[in-house]
Amino acid sequence: MNRIHVRRAFGPAVEGEALVSEEGFSPRYDLDRWTGVITRPGHRLEGASIVDKVCFFPSAKGGIAAGWAFYDLKWKKIAPKAFIFGVTNPVMVQGAIFAGIPITEGWDLDPRQALRSGDWVRVEPTNRTIEVLRRA
Amino acid sequence: MDLTPEERGILAGTRGEAAKRALEYQMAVGAFWGARRFVPVTNVHMMGDIEVMGDGGLQWLRSEARLGARCIVPTTTNARCIDFAHCERLGQDAGEAAKERELIACLQGMDVVTTDTCINYQTVYQPHLGERVAWGDTGTVIYANSVFGARSNFESGPAALAAALTGRTPEYGFHLDEHRRGTFTVQLDAALDDLADWGAVGKLVGQAHQNYFAVPVIHGFRRTPTADELKHLGAALASYGSMAMFHFVGVTPEAPSIEAALGGNVVAESVVIAGEDIERVYRGFRLGDGDARLVVFSGPQQSLLEMKRLAALFAGRRVRAGSSCFVTTNSGVLAQARRLGFAQSLEEAGVTILEGVCFYILQNLSAMREAHRWTNMVSNSAKIVNIIGAHRFNTILRRTAECVEIACSGVLR
Repeated sequence: MNRIHVRRAFGPAVEGEALVSEEGFSPRYDLDRWTGVITRPGHRLEGASIVDKVCFFPSAKGGIAAGWAFYDLKWKKIAPKAFIFGVTNPVMVQGAIFAGIPITEGWDLDPRQALRSGDWVRVEPTNRTIEVLRRA
Repeated sequence: MDLTPEERGILAGTRGEAAKRALEYQMAVGAFWGARRFVPVTNVHMMGDIEVMGDGGLQWLRSEARLGARCIVPTTTNARCIDFAHCERLGQDAGEAAKERELIACLQGMDVVTTDTCINYQTVYQPHLGERVAWGDTGTVIYANSVFGARSNFESGPAALAAALTGRTPEYGFHLDEHRRGTFTVQLDAALDDLADWGAVGKLVGQAHQNYFAVPVIHGFRRTPTADELKHLGAALASYGSMAMFHFVGVTPEAPSIEAALGGNVVAESVVIAGEDIERVYRGFRLGDGDARLVVFSGPQQSLLEMKRLAALFAGRRVRAGSSCFVTTNSGVLAQARRLGFAQSLEEAGVTILEGVCFYILQNLSAMREAHRWTNMVSNSAKIVNIIGAHRFNTILRRTAECVEIACSGVLR
């Protein structure tokens, strides 16, 4: 299966390397916001960088502060290419739209079954699709 | 979205460029969630400080000020990252402190009331049943929706400020009846004698249901919970579960009964929380290298009654040499705590009281941790125990009196 359909989407089409997480995400709880590396001890992606990645997270965690964080990541040039959430919350959406980072929610196929970190994917918010272009 | 003539006017620039851009941004957010219209809000509470906004956010705020941004509904601010009185001693960056001062002046220029508190619901503004507000942080939102029966989504800094400028917010999520109905039930079969126990409930329920649209219906508790208990419960549910609302049968206004709280939803899951489950939460925290030199009462800021209890627990005691104990609260509570002598009792015991901040968003916190070689952080707040992880603390939840004991003895069990 090379295509995932998403439920809601915002932003321009982008391509990038997938980073697929088993665990939810908050830029405040999990991320070093100066390097773009996930640093929370015990996070399933501890040590992984989100910079320029198309990030797949099953869920969003907590945090109002995330609303500013994405804009600041972009300002520091360490933003991801896109956020693909299974379920998300308004803060992630408000923050991503504020920063102009594509964001989607909901999927008809769990990315953890359809692709792996390192695969090259294309996100098309207008069509609400994500396509795997190259396997790692 | 269906726009009123007034909203079309804002888009045409009748209220200036800042309001126009704010409404366009809100329309994009509303479109994502399928909102059909805007609803007016009476009160805005926003998070905005240099630690969360960064240089990019400050630059953006400057440009908003130049565009003539001005709040049209009462707007207050959340806890921030610097208490200027303690800035130097904490080793916070003077350059960042200067930016924070500029940022505060910039917000005040937009008519934002800089209350610097995350307990606005206890100390500043209490909306009524059905009142629509645009609030953040998450602890304020879950309290507004649940305990007051007011209506708010999680509104991040940029979204809350947009609502302040336009006086409205897109109608989605918890503004709609359909999302306010309970989705599962939680029976409380535990004593819950300490605030940390309530946070532990929030951890258990939240972690297992990480979904903004999950709404627990809590029932079976045999006494009336206090405002501070509901505050710790809500803060933890929002933090661990990203939840924005709970019902507490017989306590919160939209939950006269389990059936009413569910509003016709069929319960997919019934959770029971017993005393043993709470004990298991405490046992689940790893003690790392046993470092017991940092104890924090923060996240949310302390209410006056929390200050009173801490003052009593610390009376005649002393924070152990080499250890640090921090309490954070807002300026109003601190002024009263001083008048009543609670603050003096805490300070005599060697506790540092920080005003207008929250510990986990303190500017330069990672550097502070390194300078003190702190590895563990002990707190009675399940929320802060959850959210401080990115600063590489190993965190440990303990009951309030145990936290005081750890601060004074330096021994962690």
